[in-house]
Order: sequence, then structure tokens, then C-alpha cells
Amino acid sequence: MPLQTITLHINGENRPTTVRASDTLLYALRGRLGLTGSKPGCLNGDCGACTVNVDGWPMKSCLMLAVEAVGKKVTTIEGLHDSPIQQAFVKEFAFQCGYCTPGFIMNCHSLLEQHPDADDQTIKEWLESNICRCTSYIEIEKAVKAVMRGE
Amino acid sequence: MEVIGRSVIRKEAADKVTGRAKYTDDFESVQMLSGKMVISPYGHAKIVNIDTANAWKVPGVRAIIAGKRYPLTGETIRDRPPIAVDKVRYHGEPVALVVADTPAQAKTAADLINVQYELLPVVNSPTEAFQEGAPLVHERLGEYKKEADSYPVPGTNIATHTKIRKGQMEKGWAESETVVEASFSFAPSDHAAMETRCATAEIFPDGKIIIMTASQAPFMAKRLIADYFGEDMGKIIVHTPLVGGAYGGKAAVQLEVLAYLASKEVGGRPVKIFNTREEDILTSPCHIGLDATVKLGADRNGMIKAAEIRFWWDGGAYSDKAIDVSRSGAVDCTGPYNIENVWCDSYCMYTNHPYASPFRGYSHSELSFVIERTMDILAQKLNIDPLELRYINAIKPGDTTPTRVKLTRSNVGDLRKCIEKVRELIKWDEGAIKEVNERIIRVKGVSCSWKTSTIDANAPSGAILTFNRDGSINLMSGVIEIGTGTKTILAQILAEKLKMDVDRIHVRMEVDTQTTPEHWKTVASRGTYMAGRAVLQAADDVIRQLKEVASCVLRAPEEDLVVADSRVFLRDDPSIGLDFKDIVYGYQYPNGNSIGGQIIGTGKFILRHITHLDPETGEGKPGPEWAPAAYGVEIEFDKRDYTYRLIKACTVLDIGKVMNEKAALGQVMGAMSMGLAFAGRETFYFDELGRVLNPQLRTYRPLRYGENPEYLVGFVETPHLDSPYGARGGGEHGLMGMPGALGNALSLAAGVPLNCLPLIPEFIWRAKKTFK
Repeated sequence: MPLQTITLHINGENRPTTVRASDTLLYALRGRLGLTGSKPGCLNGDCGACTVNVDGWPMKSCLMLAVEAVGKKVTTIEGLHDSPIQQAFVKEFAFQCGYCTPGFIMNCHSLLEQHPDADDQTIKEWLESNICRCTSYIEIEKAVKAVMRGE
Repeated sequence: MEVIGRSVIRKEAADKVTGRAKYTDDFESVQMLSGKMVISPYGHAKIVNIDTANAWKVPGVRAIIAGKRYPLTGETIRDRPPIAVDKVRYHGEPVALVVADTPAQAKTAADLINVQYELLPVVNSPTEAFQEGAPLVHERLGEYKKEADSYPVPGTNIATHTKIRKGQMEKGWAESETVVEASFSFAPSDHAAMETRCATAEIFPDGKIIIMTASQAPFMAKRLIADYFGEDMGKIIVHTPLVGGAYGGKAAVQLEVLAYLASKEVGGRPVKIFNTREEDILTSPCHIGLDATVKLGADRNGMIKAAEIRFWWDGGAYSDKAIDVSRSGAVDCTGPYNIENVWCDSYCMYTNHPYASPFRGYSHSELSFVIERTMDILAQKLNIDPLELRYINAIKPGDTTPTRVKLTRSNVGDLRKCIEKVRELIKWDEGAIKEVNERIIRVKGVSCSWKTSTIDANAPSGAILTFNRDGSINLMSGVIEIGTGTKTILAQILAEKLKMDVDRIHVRMEVDTQTTPEHWKTVASRGTYMAGRAVLQAADDVIRQLKEVASCVLRAPEEDLVVADSRVFLRDDPSIGLDFKDIVYGYQYPNGNSIGGQIIGTGKFILRHITHLDPETGEGKPGPEWAPAAYGVEIEFDKRDYTYRLIKACTVLDIGKVMNEKAALGQVMGAMSMGLAFAGRETFYFDELGRVLNPQLRTYRPLRYGENPEYLVGFVETPHLDSPYGARGGGEHGLMGMPGALGNALSLAAGVPLNCLPLIPEFIWRAKKTFK
């Protein structure tokens, strides 16, 4: 399959990279750009471990082709620095093995940007797209709500 | 205590919330090749032909392994070809392995391999497997190499049989005025760790074999590869970085072997094998299934006099760890109750299902479901409050276990206290059923459990402490950070012992089998106990060395010295002393003379007085201590369509000592979440060909955000005297009682005994229809 060079806008930088037309964004991020924070958990959109932020919205990077991301602003977990939601995850023990954590944080981060005053129903609608197998979700709920309260 | 008990922030926290934490698949190099399996689409079939001609035409293909006979593998019985030959025994079994330059090429080639099968009769449950004349999964069972403490029965599908014979059954039944009997069944399911299993291997010209694997057992991978293939053990180095969830599923050794064979096939170049989710569910070992019958007899006061228990474990196509799991189920078969007369037959059965590895609780969530359901059935027949029945029969110091271990306060804890606390937390005395409206009722169910850890009697753990020149300490232990936070707990244990700042203790997260002291396997809630003891011994070693140097410099006897706050000083005048940084790399006098040298602390631990079990009676000491727990679940049940909502789930665990409060709560609540999913929805659906119909996370559904109940957790702290600061295991127990408590709540709500899992509305509907 022919390769093509595209430029992805990732974490505030333009990153030229060579991909196949059928490469997913997840594959390009991990395999081409060394951004291994986004995790492969199912490769078909079921688990959310690969969630990134595309133009402000959470996106499962295994469900998007790399070529589709051209011209869009992509933020991965590596693009977050000491954000309130990251701090809250640490404080509330909202992770254990840590594998779903980058995807969960990116989803929570997008949620907080889009709906800073989200009610329980909205939080549930957003966060039920990710699976955490270690925690009870109570810890994640506490982390999100702590950020909403501005703690 | 200063550090123990505090919610110390986990050592790897910053890495995990920034995406910088590295797991096995995150390590990649340009020359690394990609391995891809071809897996069996059937449960049981003869391999007639494998055609690889088209696959070889794909660019980038370096090797294709198919039909090659390798030594048989398997931890207890060597019954498993790494890649199937002659026949396949489960859906998902590796049949061929392609190695290519890229994952896409390997996948393309694997898809072009044409395997011809001839279907064989399928053994689709352990009960079927046990029938006389059942098709044999292993025709040559008698010829396999095996460990001494497994008892396969050639000519049958029995991989091993563990017997418990305690007391006199006739006497027990004679004393029983009320007898109940029930049968139970559930199919295998999955661990569904978010990180699928992954392994890489590279073989160097000098014979060095470097493996990296997402594993709970890198030291076992090293031993087994040496043993299976006659490799030089010292040349095998297994690395394990952080692991993305394990729950027992990564205690088995499988992909490491395939990666090793693949690398060998391509002249030692590095090869990675990464499970897709479907492969992780099908091909790699799963959570064991079980068929069981339980018969309990009690006198008129409700005291249980006899128990007759039969387990048929669904070990799947290969016995691997299932043999140990079935033995572990036998040793604690009664649940946490004092019963003098016990008969248990625990059979590990071969079937044509994916084979089993340990699952969080190691047979105890499974056996707890069948025992706790029977307890409720008994309570109903006796007309005794089910929590009271548990309370009066609760195991206690002075009683003996099914394998006749004499119990003490230290080794069994205080179940009655757990029950009392659950009674309060779930407001049991307000009643088990409450009507919300004409459709909806709120219902509570309770259960108990206990667990010892039946790990190898000679399983080791070790710890090494080195210093940095600023006086801070590096802690090396073979415990894998699988998510439990154990390595942070070890740092807390060390900080408490040395009375120093826990931030000045640096924990090495990655394990490699060449330089990290062995911790047998990171399983069985034994990290804190065993590695903790090793760390305490290493700390004593360090204290001794620090005092030796300080005693010389300070011209004071060692007995007068105290170690605290990263200093060694005189107990009656703390101002006279030395900082760690001035002595841990030797002390230098003003004229340049130096004494001492680098301080390195070492510690080790091995369990005491564990024995093999008597093959005829089961008598023996299987583990060091039991942690008991009591549980409650509250649901809202819709009488019209049998759907239900989880409202509350409660665990009270005798944890000995809470080491890190938030971490302990997280372990218990997370385990409850997994237990509720196992009880309420997770199972493999098999068709008549033994195929798993739901190997994806959209059809195999763990709990998601918002589906969780409110969690109530209570701790009882009865110290286990041999363990650091009295701690008992706590990583598994939250799970173990959930199936029983949920099953009891739903059985009460539906008015029919629900003795199968998972407890989905359709099953309840069927049970209602058949139970008249």
C-alpha cells in the first residue's frame, strides 16, 4: 500500500509523518510519532483507552484514520501539563494500573472544557464510553467533580 | 505510626497521569519484527492441512511457523503444544505464527494461511467432560510429564482430583435434622485487563535471550523457558515494565514462549507479539468456569454438622494453572464456617474451552457463590435469619479448616466482627425486602468469604536496598506494579521502619530477572506480606551497617544509637550524630582516611510451615493466614421484567492493618466492581462447536461509569502477627462475596433459587418459568 506524507497538528506542533492511507490515528501517534500515551485496548472503539482530543472534542483515535486528522487540532495526553484533572486523578487515586488513565483523562478534560457545569447525567453520558477495569469509577467521579468545584 | 496507614501518593502517579508510564507494547524499535497468530475457529477439530503458500508471497514475511513439533508446555502438566499440531482443542488456539516486518504485513499473511479442519465432538462443559464415554480432550494424558502433586486420570478428562476428607460424614448427617442440596453452574469468562497481553523476545549471538512481557510472573517465564527448551537459565533475562491490569490473567506464561520461538525462527531478531482484544479473550487464558453441587446438614439450632461438596472446574483445553486453582478451591471449600465433617471432591476437568489461568480470588469467588447460595437456602429451610446463620457458624480461633489447620486469632482474623459491621452498614435490621411501588422492590442479600493463598510452599521473595549519595534509598523488589500500588506500600513499610521521609525512598518500578531479587509471582495478595517481610529484613541489615560505621565514628556502642530522619544519632543526645549521606558510601575522616564503604541492604523471605496436601485426605497446611470478609448487596428489582439496578454494595474485610487508606479502599471497591460484573453480566457464550460468541468488549461487557452502585467499605484490623504491621491480603476479597450476595438478593427478589451466573434478567425469567 502506498505511503504518503502528511502533516498532523499535534499538541501545538506541526508534525510531518509518513502513513498508509489505512493507518489509524492511534497507529500513527504510537508507531510513527512515539506518542505512546494513547493506548490500544480494543482497536474498535469499545474501550476508550486511546481517546484524544480533536478540535476540542474527545475522539477515539482507533476509530479515526491518520489522514482524517489533517487540518485538525489534535491534543494527546502528552499535550496536557499539570492540568487540574491530572492533579485530581492523582489526589483521588482515580487510577490503579494506569492503562485506561490517559484516555479517561482526555475524555474528562474535554468534558470539563465543553460542559464545565455538567450534571450527573451528562457526566455519565460522556464517561460511559471508557472502561476502567481497576477502580470503582467512584474515584474518577470524585476527581471530575473536584475540578468542577474548582478544587 | 507515621507513614503506615496514610494515603501516600503512589510513586508512579505522575507518570501514569501524563501518558509517560510505559507498558510492554510501548517499547518499540526500528528492527523489531511483528508476530501474528492464526487461531483456531473451532473448539475441537483435527488439523488436516495447513497451506502457507499464499502467505509466503506477502512482502515482508520472514517466517511462518506451522505444524512444527515443539516440547509440550504447561505449568503443572506438560500438555500444551505452544502452537497446535495434529488437532486444536479450543476456539482461539494458535495454529500458526507469522513473523513479518510490520504488523500489517503479518496480518495480511496470517489471513492468507488456509487451514483445513475436520470437526471432532466437542466437550462443552465440565459436567459433559465427566460423563463416562465423553470424548477425550487429551488421548495421551498418561504420557505427559507432570509435577508430583497433580493427579490426572488417563482415559478420562480429569486433569487432577483433590480430595478433602475431614471428620466422619455419617456422624455429621446423623446429627443433621435439616439437609439442603443444590447444584450450580457458570461458564468461563475473562479478566479483561485493559492492557492486552504482549511479549517481545530477542536472542543474541552469545545465547542471551531477552524477553519483555506484560506479566505477573517474569521469574516463572524465565524458569519455564529454560525448562521447556533446555536453555541456560542464566542467559534468559525477562523484563517487565508497568502492567496494565492483570487480575491473575497475566500469571500464566504463554506469549513469552511464542515470542521466543518466533525470534528463534528469524535468527534472533526481536519479535513482538501483541494480542488484539479478541485474541486476548480467546487465545490467552481466561477465568475458570465451574459446575458444583453442595449438600449441607444442620441441627435444629442451625449449627452446620456436615458438608459434602463436589466441584467440576472448567479448566479448558489445557491444565496449566487450573490444577492449582481447583486445589485451592478444595482447601477452603466450606467457606468461612466451622464444619467438623467435610467431604469434598474437586475435579479439574479438561473441556474444549479456552484454558484457565488464575482469576482474582483464585477459586474463592467461585466457591463462595455456591456456598453462599446454599447458606441462604439452608437459612430459608431452617427459618433462620441468613446473616444470623452465618454469624453462629462463623469460623473462629480454635476451629480447624477443611485441611485441618488449627486456627488462631492471628491466622484467621475476626469474621464475626465483619458480620456485625456489615449488619450496621447495610442496615440489615431494617429488613431484607422493602416495597418501593407495585413494580419495584428494594432487596438485600448477604454473603461471607475467606481466603488463604495456596502459593508454592517454597515461593521466595527478596529485596535489595541501595543508597544514593544524598542519603536517599533505592528499593528493589521483584513485585510487579500491576496496579495494586504494592511498591508504594513497600516504600511505606521501609519509611516506617527507618523512620524516614517516604519521599526519600525511590522505588524501581520495572523488574528484570537478572538484577531484581525474585518475588515468585505477583499473585495471591501476597506482595505486602512476603516482599514486605523481605524489605523489613533488608532495613534491619541497613540499620546494622549504619550503626556499625556510626559507632566507630561517634565512639559509642551500637546499642546507644538510633536511626531516624535519615540520621544515626545518640539516643540521649540527638544532636550528636551523622547524616546518612556522610556514611552510606563510607565515612571519610578529615585527613582522607575512609572506613565503611557502600551500604547495601538485603532481605529475604520464605513462607513458614507450608506443606503439601495428603492426596487421600487433603490434610496439610496450604497457606499462612486467612482473611475473612462479610458482604451485602442492595438492589432495586423490577417484578415485571426482572431487570434490576445495583443500589449499594458493601464489603467489610479483616485486612489486619490498613497500610494506605485510599489505596486499600480502591482495591476493595475496584474488586467489588469486578465481582458485580462477573456475577451480573460477564460470561462466555458458547455455541455447539465450542466457539465463544462474544470475544469483544461490546458483547463482553465489564461495568461502565454510572452503572456502579454506591460502595460501602469497612475494615476490621485483627493483626496477622507474621506480616508487616499485621496486614492481611486485601486485593481480592472485595470481589469474592459479590456473586453470592447478588445471587441471594435476586433469589429473594424473584422468589426462585438462582444458582447460575451471570444473573441477567433473561436467566431470571427462565428460572421463574421452570420453577413452579
